[in-house]
Amino acid sequence: MSQFLLPLAIGIAFGFTLERAGLGNARKLTGQFFLTDLTVFKVMFSAIVTAMLGVFWCSRLGWVDLNALALPETYLRPQLAGGLIFGAGFALAGLCPGTSCVAAASGRGDGLAVVGGLFAGVLGAGLSFPLFVDFYDSDARGAWTLPSLVHLPYGAVVLAISIVAIVGFLAAEAIERRARVAVVTQAFTSARTSARTRSRARMAVVALALIVAALAAIARTPENAATAGAAHVRAKALYKPPSGC
Amino acid sequence: MADHPSETVKYSDPYVSGIALGLVLLAAFLFAGRGLGASGAFAATATGTVAVVAPDYAAANPYFGRYLARPGGPWREWLLIEIIGVVIGGFLSAALAGRLRRVVERGSGVSSTSRLLIAFAGGAVMGVGAVLARGCTSGQALTGGALLSVGSWTFMLAAFAAGYAVAPALRWAWR
Repeated sequence: MSQFLLPLAIGIAFGFTLERAGLGNARKLTGQFFLTDLTVFKVMFSAIVTAMLGVFWCSRLGWVDLNALALPETYLRPQLAGGLIFGAGFALAGLCPGTSCVAAASGRGDGLAVVGGLFAGVLGAGLSFPLFVDFYDSDARGAWTLPSLVHLPYGAVVLAISIVAIVGFLAAEAIERRARVAVVTQAFTSARTSARTRSRARMAVVALALIVAALAAIARTPENAATAGAAHVRAKALYKPPSGC
Repeated sequence: MADHPSETVKYSDPYVSGIALGLVLLAAFLFAGRGLGASGAFAATATGTVAVVAPDYAAANPYFGRYLARPGGPWREWLLIEIIGVVIGGFLSAALAGRLRRVVERGSGVSSTSRLLIAFAGGAVMGVGAVLARGCTSGQALTGGALLSVGSWTFMLAAFAAGYAVAPALRWAWR
């Protein structure tokens, strides 16, 4: 029963948060590509950093076994090509697979059209799969993580990504401010108050992320000399081959 | 953009919703041992459909065959059940916020029909990309991103690079 209830509950929470953030709306998503509304970046990176820090600390505290987590295996060139194709389709559709389901659920016809297109695309790719199966299975790198790519401890990579995300958030705010000035509108006072509350919330988030990320690095420091190598091997062995996506 | 009816109810702060989404992802890791996904649900549905129409062909096809070989079969795929939840959750959130509306989001320069066709085409292109990349923004970018998978980060950077590359050519559709 939990085989059914668990994914259903997680999915409900997933869909709920996407809709709350406004990501069921293709206008909001396309703002990312036209640099007028960077909600996609902000939501995605807040989520990635939160989950990344959560996984890091839960494994550190022994609450989760990293080897038991399904890490997506790397097939470098197919994933690079797939990403390029996917990104072009994303900009065209204005929605990605998850958000298209949310858009359709909230009554949007374009969401439903993307859902239909996705089904057709996956079906077509499956039917023509023999043509590119060799490429699909090529360049297999197994369970490959950024720490082993850059030869740095897990905690250091976690810290680096947190810092990059915070710099990205600040840049996103600056880009949006510029876009807003360009469209100077009527609803100017309400925009100002909401901007003030938002900037306060932002500061709290940034500070919290910095503290947790800094702790992550400190937690690593004492062992760097003696066990940096071992930490590596662990980071590599950390993840078992996944079941795919 | 504030003139659009669907923008009248304010959406949540992006950072707050992002953290909430991160906690949902973390919960999936802790309780299910895996992350989120979306395109996998489409793969399961396509596999299940082909298996109904042409069972022998589906089993012999290298793509559908891989999905069919999994325990439980395509209709019990974890991600398919999860995406049903996504639809329910998205509906509930929109209903509670008074955002349930039958609209077609589009720029003022394109008709609803054109927008629907573009949306379908974009979905189809994404479907092909997601098959090749073994996942989408959920299964690769969010899930693999948080687990620091090199392939997932490659996918994410490539997807945004391509999005920015083609966006200037699509500006007319959203004006």
